[in-house]
Amino acid sequence: MPAASIQLDGISKTYPGGHTALHGIDLTAAAGEFLVLVGPSGCGKSTLLRLIAGLEAPTSGRIVLDGVDVTAWTPQARDLAMVFQSYALYPHMTVRENLAYGLRVRRLSRAAIDERVARVAEALGIAPLLDRRPAQLSGGERQRVALGRAMVREPRAFLLDEPLSNLDPALRAHARAELRQLHQRLGSTIVYVTHDQEEAMTLGTRIAVMRKGRIEQLAPPLAIYDRPANTFVARFIGAPAMNLLPASLLGIDASPGDCVGIRPHDVELGPGGALEGRVQLVEPRGHDYLVHIQLDVTGAPTIVAVTHTPPPGERVFPQFRRDRLHAFTADGRRAEQ
Amino acid sequence: MRRPVAVAGSAVLLTGLALPLYWMLVASFTPEAELFEAPRLIPSTLSLAHYRALFDARDFWIPIRNSLVVAGATTAVALPVATACAYAIARLPVPGRGVLLSVILAVSMFPQISIVGPLYLILRALRLLNTYPGLVLPYLTFSTPLAVWLLTAFIRRLPRDLEQAAMMDGASRLRAAWDVLLPLAAPGIASTAILTFLYCWNEFLFALSFTLGPERYTVPVSVMLFRSRYRIPWGEVLAATVVASIPVVILVLTCQRRIVAGLSAGASKG
Repeated sequence: MPAASIQLDGISKTYPGGHTALHGIDLTAAAGEFLVLVGPSGCGKSTLLRLIAGLEAPTSGRIVLDGVDVTAWTPQARDLAMVFQSYALYPHMTVRENLAYGLRVRRLSRAAIDERVARVAEALGIAPLLDRRPAQLSGGERQRVALGRAMVREPRAFLLDEPLSNLDPALRAHARAELRQLHQRLGSTIVYVTHDQEEAMTLGTRIAVMRKGRIEQLAPPLAIYDRPANTFVARFIGAPAMNLLPASLLGIDASPGDCVGIRPHDVELGPGGALEGRVQLVEPRGHDYLVHIQLDVTGAPTIVAVTHTPPPGERVFPQFRRDRLHAFTADGRRAEQ
Repeated sequence: MRRPVAVAGSAVLLTGLALPLYWMLVASFTPEAELFEAPRLIPSTLSLAHYRALFDARDFWIPIRNSLVVAGATTAVALPVATACAYAIARLPVPGRGVLLSVILAVSMFPQISIVGPLYLILRALRLLNTYPGLVLPYLTFSTPLAVWLLTAFIRRLPRDLEQAAMMDGASRLRAAWDVLLPLAAPGIASTAILTFLYCWNEFLFALSFTLGPERYTVPVSVMLFRSRYRIPWGEVLAATVVASIPVVILVLTCQRRIVAGLSAGASKG
């Protein structure tokens, strides 16, 4: 199972109704890469995945697998595996039949099918479930079966469409760690769609942040976190979201409309300072506190600080570390630093 | 408080629905002489005379055979065609889908009486009067559109993800439809089959118009023609209705479990 590279050249998708879901996407997932497409709902990330899968055709542009143009190929010719958000397990088949279906369609021998199904079931810990039907499985078990059905095929690449979004939070964290290990072990190419920035940060070797059918930034997770390309990425990646303030507020020499961003973790509440504000709300999170502060300047937004101790009183003096400030121009793009 | 009320309501409803059937059953076993006396809920004597007359003198097997052949053949032809059409309308990019569906519905709702004349002329020209195809063809024109309509609605409700998963697994579109969609659509296909069969089984106007003799009469036509100038043999009519209900009851009872089980399986996304 050699992992394939996936290359998208100028992919656009306009639906018959006139809605354009994707605007000229250029994107490459190297062989063995874990590429995460992340963005708010309606940003086109799922559409992009379905185009790679071959379930939909692009309006223009090329899809290239390992250097071969497959734009006109059917899904079955592309030999990719997909895990659906709904899992899409065949309800009338047992888990064993679900896993074996793709191999049966490809006319593998009975013995080879049994051997591969057993191996994957063992690896995912679903061997005891093989004779059950999907309706008899829990959410976590279904998710594993869906993953197993993709793995058993030994495809050229995996396409995962929000595979963890139907799991409860505890299970999700566990499944996330497993996915990561699985990728390290198999070394396969994975394109992973999610709206959850935390999932994107923890899983991806690279992240493509999308908005309204365009890629806003494509970089490794920490690079995106440390150097967001624009205010949208800055606020979308990282939780709680980055504070954005007019640059003039901090007395920084800048053009009108420029703004600066500071992550809540980089806001300190000192005993005094140039900026003063009133504590609106404190959210204890166990290991730290989210403090919402209304600055005393008219027109200034509410900012959020993360502190390890509760704020000393109603009045606080937020201080920003200069080396942690992100500067953005009036049109939202990152000012070169 | 609500349970006894619900039970009582159900009992009243059930009695109202079952009483005519019970009456029909009882009357069919009541000797002719007693039929027109004061009606009794529990009969004093039972007689098989009406059934004997039905199968000996009237040879009622022939209309039953005719009805089974015509209804069975119509169902057997209409369903595969309608399933394929419904799949195409529900899943493939068919231009003018809405208009198409409206036309299909309009055709199946067309008043039959308005086309009896033209159909008679066509069937006569094709030398199909008083033949099985002479009934199956007109029945198809009404039952297939209705079946297409029903199946389209059913298939549309099935999640697309499943077929797409099959296609990602390496199946062609046709194979995905066969392996995944068809088993999930089975309850819809079964209920459509029942409706189609019943439509043909009960149909009267075409059967009366396009058959010419007892060797091709279907059950409803045959029963209607029991009456003579001076007498309606109610006992035999009721016995015939009992017999005519049996295939319907068998059909519904055998398919019912599958329909109910299948409907819930299709609903859960798995």
